[in-house]
Amino acid sequence: MSAYMKPLPELSGLHGEFYGFCRSGELRFQKCDSCESWRHVPRELCAECGSWDWSWHASSGRGKIFSWTVIDRALHPDFADDVPYAAVIVEMDEGVRLLSQVVDIEPERLEIDLPVEVVFDPVTDEVTLPRFRRAQI
Amino acid sequence: MSTGACIVGIGETEYCRKPGSGLSQLGLQLKAALHAIADAGITPAEVDGIMPFPNLGRAEEFAANLGCTNLRFASTIHMGGAAPAASLGAAAAAVEAGLAHYVLLPAGWNGYSGSRARQTIAEDVSSIPGGAIARDFYMPHGFTAPPQWYAVMARRHMHEYGTTAEQLGSIAVAMRTHAQRNPRAVMHGRPLTLEDYLASPMLADPYRVFDCCLETDGAAAVVVTTAERARDLRCDPVRILASACGQPYPADEITNRKDIFQTGLTIAAPEAFGRAGVTPADVDFAMIYDCFTFELLQQLEEVGFCPRGEGGAFVEEGRINLGGSLPVNTHGGLLSEAHVLGMGHIVEAVKQLRRECGDRQVVDSEVGVVTGWGDFGDGSIAILAR
Repeated sequence: MSAYMKPLPELSGLHGEFYGFCRSGELRFQKCDSCESWRHVPRELCAECGSWDWSWHASSGRGKIFSWTVIDRALHPDFADDVPYAAVIVEMDEGVRLLSQVVDIEPERLEIDLPVEVVFDPVTDEVTLPRFRRAQI
Repeated sequence: MSTGACIVGIGETEYCRKPGSGLSQLGLQLKAALHAIADAGITPAEVDGIMPFPNLGRAEEFAANLGCTNLRFASTIHMGGAAPAASLGAAAAAVEAGLAHYVLLPAGWNGYSGSRARQTIAEDVSSIPGGAIARDFYMPHGFTAPPQWYAVMARRHMHEYGTTAEQLGSIAVAMRTHAQRNPRAVMHGRPLTLEDYLASPMLADPYRVFDCCLETDGAAAVVVTTAERARDLRCDPVRILASACGQPYPADEITNRKDIFQTGLTIAAPEAFGRAGVTPADVDFAMIYDCFTFELLQQLEEVGFCPRGEGGAFVEEGRINLGGSLPVNTHGGLLSEAHVLGMGHIVEAVKQLRRECGDRQVVDSEVGVVTGWGDFGDGSIAILAR
């Protein structure tokens, strides 16, 4: 397997915990134990109610495209061979949104509100990125 | 209540792409600073406050090179391209509080010949808005640079309000048309039609190449002091009626905003108008930070020049053109004059209010607005008057 040359997340702290779940095939987000608000990206405490108490909860893995851009000219050298590629914002059923890529949708077929579901992309031995595909009916 | 501070000096270098400025980043800014100090009719030694643009130099090195022997006020507003208009407010407060007599605001870079704005190198993630969030949640997916960050907002606006490519294009064309009346503009002599715009290659859909600001070498600077001191200086002072800044929420993450169109300006603009004692209807022109076409449109809406969702029609009707009801960026802006990090917008507003703009002069201009946009949507606004 050739070396993976693109930017990787650092696997420390709460970000590392998020990616640890991805590596075991789970998409989890923080949920406040007090007011039950879901949140992403990881935060130390709940900005809605102020509670420090939270837990990682499994996401349904399902959501819809909130917005997207097709990148035709890479502005980072490591993505030069990937163009055109789409960066998408997915709004999960839980309400949180995350930035990702889609794996099986041609750029010209992207549309807002398109239903998608998570798939896991083990880009290195240590890092698995959550990606999205068209929701399977 | 409006401030009693004024802009009393403006300065610029030449703006260029090839072959580059031939000066260092600091040298460029010093050149613009000296022009601004001379325009004010003071000596460098009288400058006792300096507000450098974020990450583009230290107040101490400006002072040491210029001979500012009594540097008392040194501060930077960390808001990217929103820094210059926000700094006007801080500088006004500083001179009114007596923290300094003359505050210098420099900005400039070798945006073309130096390290290019367009390239985001992974090792330099500390300078990216969002820091570790961008590193860990955006960059692995190739979401690495400003046109991409903002394209998702533009796309959403098109979806919710029906904003069109032609409307974004009309902004690019208006800026280019204005630049034809500005010999200093990099795009002077190079007009653009809507057909040219629509034929230009996509960069980050819906952004085409012509939706994106220029990358240029150049610097600009202004000097701020009190109205009382301004009376004794050589130029007509331009009053800073108010300046305010703000941040979107959350400021460090784009995707999870409840209202993705709310920027720092949404909060800052009504505050500034309230303090200035004027309304958007009183404004004769606006210099809107035009890093990309949609950001200009979005700021028109968030400032309150038109209701949200109506920015597309506003620009398409030619309201922002010279001769329209609200001429915007009469110098050509970041899109067609040069990318001077927003300081060029302040300089042009001052020229308009001094009525030095020649055949691009907005007739009888009394009140103008300058905005700034930075990072993931930080916003600033300054309301200026003769």
